[in-house]
Amino acid sequence: MKYVSEFRDPALAQSLATAIAREADPARSYAFMEFCGGHTHAIFRYGVQDLVPSNVRFVHGPGCPVCVLPMRRLDDALELAERHGVILATYGDMMRVPGSGRRSMLTARSAGADIRMVYSPLDALALARDNPDRQVVFMGIGFETTTPATGMAILTARAQGLANFSVFCNHVLTPPAMAHVLAAPGVALDGFLGPSHVSTVIGAGAYRPLVAHYGRPLVIAGFEPLDVLQSVLMLIRQVNEGRQEVENQYSRVVTEAGNTKAQGVIEEVFALRETFEWRGLGSVPDSARAIRPELADFDAEARFAISEKQSREVKSCECPAILRGVKQPKDCKLFGKACTPETPMGACMVSSEGSCAAYYTYRRVETMAEMEAAE
Amino acid sequence: MSGILRPGAAVEMAHGGGGMATTRLIREIFARHFANPILDQGHDAARLNLPHGRIVMSTDAHVISPLEFPGGDIGSLAVHGTINDVAMGGAVPVALSAAFIIEEGLPLETLDHIAASMGAAARKASVPIATGDTKVVERGAADGLFITTTGIGLIPEGIEIAPERIAPGMAILLSGTLGDHGVAILSQRQGLAFGTTIESDSAALHRMVGDMLAAAPSIACLRDPTRGGLSATLNELAEAAGVSMTLKEAAIPVRPEVAGACELLGLDPIHIANEGKLVCICPPEQAEAVLNIMRAHPEGRDAAQIGAVGAHAAPGTPGLLRMETLIGGMRVVDWLAGEQLPRIC
Repeated sequence: MKYVSEFRDPALAQSLATAIAREADPARSYAFMEFCGGHTHAIFRYGVQDLVPSNVRFVHGPGCPVCVLPMRRLDDALELAERHGVILATYGDMMRVPGSGRRSMLTARSAGADIRMVYSPLDALALARDNPDRQVVFMGIGFETTTPATGMAILTARAQGLANFSVFCNHVLTPPAMAHVLAAPGVALDGFLGPSHVSTVIGAGAYRPLVAHYGRPLVIAGFEPLDVLQSVLMLIRQVNEGRQEVENQYSRVVTEAGNTKAQGVIEEVFALRETFEWRGLGSVPDSARAIRPELADFDAEARFAISEKQSREVKSCECPAILRGVKQPKDCKLFGKACTPETPMGACMVSSEGSCAAYYTYRRVETMAEMEAAE
Repeated sequence: MSGILRPGAAVEMAHGGGGMATTRLIREIFARHFANPILDQGHDAARLNLPHGRIVMSTDAHVISPLEFPGGDIGSLAVHGTINDVAMGGAVPVALSAAFIIEEGLPLETLDHIAASMGAAARKASVPIATGDTKVVERGAADGLFITTTGIGLIPEGIEIAPERIAPGMAILLSGTLGDHGVAILSQRQGLAFGTTIESDSAALHRMVGDMLAAAPSIACLRDPTRGGLSATLNELAEAAGVSMTLKEAAIPVRPEVAGACELLGLDPIHIANEGKLVCICPPEQAEAVLNIMRAHPEGRDAAQIGAVGAHAAPGTPGLLRMETLIGGMRVVDWLAGEQLPRIC
């Protein structure tokens, strides 16, 4: 596979691993947070941690949109499908996330709710065109990567005069969440592996204020295993040399300014919410998007009366602490026992970007052994 | 053109009523395309003359959507699928039965195509469809057409295919590229266009299996990695045999276009269904010979050794499937939870 297999080359991986082993100072440890769940999975999928010394540690960040969505928002989406009778269009990752009472979109669908899995908001637009008598709500979720596509769908719906399409907007922002993690007590981080796809939209420049303020290095990293290894090496060099800079390993795609056209769509369609609830992080100011009032016709929260509800997370689920990077999946009593990908108790076990799913899928044996040893 | 196949004609409830319409449907579509001496006897039950010995029997229901896809259709799939299940028991397939559940409204032309393809697949495999049944259900009670095929086969002397015979040190062979069928279906179903058409690998494997067993009767186990893909098949076998297994990712053949589609959709080829591939576990000293035999068949052209059986698992613990990744790390290869879901960011 051209342009992909080059970034999985075993010999190059070995030479990067050798450089990391040579340059990592054995007298200290390095804790790097990969913000994005896509990186977490790349690390596990390719066994990257087997190629770095034990004093270089990956801390898994909250960059998994499904994981950080509070249960309340999922319950709201289920209400839209069940009580308001809409066609709810959603990305596949949402389908198995447990809401209140262990219900999920899958269980709601089998009980008769009309929930459709789509690959793109454009598929949701097509559903609205094909079902003129029904209201179609697209579950907008994700970081800056997916926000422009949702925005384009709203602009297209307006241009086509589609009166039966709206978006339940849950889009969130990366830099405020990073700042929140750095400001919170309990996590000692030596640097960030910056997101790949998010950075293509917001650009490397978006991280500079954060890095200047908190004094932690950040290397924007591609999603392939060689990208991750090279970025780790770049972070180790920054730490060793006492530098705190934004560096761009993923320069084959990410520019300083980012995708200004996509940023324009975001600005046109969305405003900043004053604050937004994140699972794990709590209320984070200026961290999420809402649809602008002048486009309220396409805002499901304006169109439908969504009831107030008390959504309660599963008590012993450690998802929140895992999302902040202060705990690991092995610190959760439910991991691999009550909570598995088949019977998930928390979103981190469901999403293809969740840390618990990564540990369970790729490193279950080692993790369970560590849990037993700790007991 | 036969009588019932008028342009635009569709299956009606009367075609399942047992009267003249049923007889014509069977005669003009099924009997015409499946014609063989056993079926042509016209009995309710097929009579087969078999030697004494060990017989395998396997059944498989086919509910695929869409009914026709690049590289095959539900008819050829129903023939290949059951032939392969019989062959994976180490047996030589002897005959098939076929039961059709047809939704009212299915175009007769579609049914005719599928029956023709089914008959052609059976003839090509030299395994007759010896008996069958047809039912028609109301519109909405089925999705076009469901086909259940059952097959029987004879196990030759000296062949013993069983997961319990898998032993530490044995070689794990795969007959070709992974994921072709699943990606072909997915791309049809979702209307995804990838530039090149990805074709299903649907094929009958019994001739290749026959040659493999003739040359290496000590093959311990054969399995076709259909639903759940290679990961499900090997996890099942590791568990049944109580052994660990280690794969080498770099050795697993995947077509570039399938790898590309999987990359795009966030899928892993080792979880995706195949309909014309097999996994063979055999003593290591026979691996090369078996691979050469596989490669001499078109269905086994890309055959490769993809891993080896490791030690017995500790008592009371399940066997474990691991993989050395492309870059030299290690990871567990898990069963798939739920359906494979695409990434969102």
